[in-house]
Amino acid sequence: MRPTKLSTLALAAALVAAPLAACGSSGSSSSSSTSHATLTYWATNQGTSLQDDLNVLGPQITKFTKATGIKVNVQVIPWTTVLNQITAATVSGKGPDVLNIGNTWSPSLQATGALVQFTPSVMGQIGGSSRFLTGSLSATGAPGKAPTAVPLYSLAYALYYNKAQFAAAGISSPPTTWAELIADGVKLKKGGHWPLAIEGGSVAENIHMAFELSEQQGGQFFDSSGKPTFNTPQNVAAVKQMMNFIQTDKLTNPSDAQYSKGTEALVDYATGKTSMVIWQAASGSLKQLGMNAADIGVAPVPLPSPVPAGGKPITSMVAGINMAIFKNTKNMSAALQFVKFMTSTPEQESLNSTYGSLPTVSAAYADPAFHTPAVTTFRSILSSSAAPMPPVPQESAFETAVGTAIIHLYADAATGKAVTDSMIAQALTQAQAQLGG
Amino acid sequence: MVDTIRVEKGVTASAPPPPRKRRWRRGWLPYVLLIPAVLLELLIHIIPMLAGVGISFLQLTELYLSNWRAAPFAGFSNYALVVNFNGAIGQALLHSFVVTILYTAIVLAVSWTFGMAAAVFTQRAFRGRGVIRTIFLIPYALPVFASVITWNFMLQRDTGVVNQLLLDVHLIHSRAFWLIGQNSFYSLVVVAIWRSWPFAFLILTAGMQSIPTDLYEAAAIDGSGAIGQVRHVTLPLLRPVNRVLLLVLFLWTFNDFTVPFTLFGSAPPTQADIISIHIYENSFVSWNFGTGSAMSVLLLLFLLVVTVIYLAVGRRGERHA
Repeated sequence: MRPTKLSTLALAAALVAAPLAACGSSGSSSSSSTSHATLTYWATNQGTSLQDDLNVLGPQITKFTKATGIKVNVQVIPWTTVLNQITAATVSGKGPDVLNIGNTWSPSLQATGALVQFTPSVMGQIGGSSRFLTGSLSATGAPGKAPTAVPLYSLAYALYYNKAQFAAAGISSPPTTWAELIADGVKLKKGGHWPLAIEGGSVAENIHMAFELSEQQGGQFFDSSGKPTFNTPQNVAAVKQMMNFIQTDKLTNPSDAQYSKGTEALVDYATGKTSMVIWQAASGSLKQLGMNAADIGVAPVPLPSPVPAGGKPITSMVAGINMAIFKNTKNMSAALQFVKFMTSTPEQESLNSTYGSLPTVSAAYADPAFHTPAVTTFRSILSSSAAPMPPVPQESAFETAVGTAIIHLYADAATGKAVTDSMIAQALTQAQAQLGG
Repeated sequence: MVDTIRVEKGVTASAPPPPRKRRWRRGWLPYVLLIPAVLLELLIHIIPMLAGVGISFLQLTELYLSNWRAAPFAGFSNYALVVNFNGAIGQALLHSFVVTILYTAIVLAVSWTFGMAAAVFTQRAFRGRGVIRTIFLIPYALPVFASVITWNFMLQRDTGVVNQLLLDVHLIHSRAFWLIGQNSFYSLVVVAIWRSWPFAFLILTAGMQSIPTDLYEAAAIDGSGAIGQVRHVTLPLLRPVNRVLLLVLFLWTFNDFTVPFTLFGSAPPTQADIISIHIYENSFVSWNFGTGSAMSVLLLLFLLVVTVIYLAVGRRGERHA
């Protein structure tokens, strides 16, 4: 049979239409009825692995679906790609309904306009802002603007040390100054055992430590008008101190310069390969990794002695994870219900005690799980010696640019190239140029 | 003579004119059948490319990410920034460009040499030739991510098998870094060659199938040895294949993103800062997609110029041959 003109046309039309139809169908959920909605939720990696997070979140999500009929498709995004994925979703307008963000990125992501504003009326729908701790709420956006996220997990940095190894080396208490840390390190170092683990290939860990050490030195990465000031003697000194862990103090295995997954240094500490690590609240992960609870010691990060002129006794940045709603969601009401659920007191108790982080709602602290010595130490750090990262729209660019520069400097130090002040200064200048100034 | 003319005339006169309908259909059908391909080409290649060119003239920063149509016009300022080789951004781009050229040249030369040697080696039938050809093709057949991540494990400093092996045979005395520092460049080159030489081998093998065996016999009778036969028969007859193969390998290697990204992650070492990742990093670090796009457009122009010159020179060479 010869094809008729009509059938040829139909074939051509079908060939043309198929890919176009495929392009038109949205990847995101589009149901409008709340009870039958399916939310896409991008969770950040809080546990020991992506699978661990799925295991933790799974039962909670089932609870939520049972109560509301709303299904949630959870995707755990590793820290190495999460910011890029959020950026891509922002540009394309196609993204998740609900997502976790590092709280320090809040001002940057707020500036993109991609996230739903938690105005007083929206806040009212999730139970009001008074439920949250003031400190946690302060890291949800630029001052004076409606926040574009609510706090989910609160975190701070501390020095984790191995009590058994310290005792065996004859050290009775954790170091409070950097000089003490180095002296303790010398006692702890033997054979293939390195005293201090670092995650040298991780942008986030590098930038947080650089910020904290710079605060101790009296440095700042942005001036009061929000202009970047990366290359200052104080900032150079802060980065130099990080390099010296490898190059002069020799407390850290040079291989740590390659640690980039965001878990490797912690695993070394948990398995006893190193005696110390500077990390965010991690009791959940340490338990999971099988570390003996009696060996885990938590103390504030050391300070210089004496603190230099202009330096501040800061031992941590205000760390944490916020939860945001993507503006393009077609399930606004379901998304709000989910945010309300995740920040509800029982969920805050359950999730934070599993992860070892701190609840962001005050009511959750009635739970005795948050009265352990470790949690008490973290609460005291957060309330007395923690500083928020610079609340400027360029914050996330600053984190990536300087964090990456430090990765390269660590690589130099690890491969035996002496990292000098002028090399650090040049790297900081170059990082600042990437921000366009 | 007269008869012939009459016959020709008769033939012409008696041939029935083709039906107008069919002639019309023959006219439009090819174009209709082309429509899907043209639309897809527009959708997948042309429109994104033009969008990229458009973005390179915008000040597309984080403030305009969700509504990028509102981004202010930047003129040529993005281009001025990236080609200012006294500035930090231009300097870094130039460094990355030089690294990429060096990387491409080495990978191209070695991959082609390996591919050619293996193709000549397996040209004549021998026992087990099929198995050897299959083994040669394995790196090309494996999924890029899976194979390169294995290289990443093998090249780790403390746990990698490469250091273990080199220590065991006493080639090195202490564990070396392969994924940071100067060695990272050599690691990348080795992995890229491992990935791409089988492709050269495949294409050259296919090309050699069309060389008649009697040419080799003739060469042998004329006194050519094995090397002479390759020089005087194989290479000249593979010229058209080589012209395309080298171009394709050049473009693939120069633009490669997956291999370096999988090997080094999002922060490649300065010594192995390949341009495709450099541009990606620049766009996402500063959230200034205008600058990233300007770099991409310049890269596109560079590759276009190289391709055009290469093809023109190749064609002239062919005409003179």
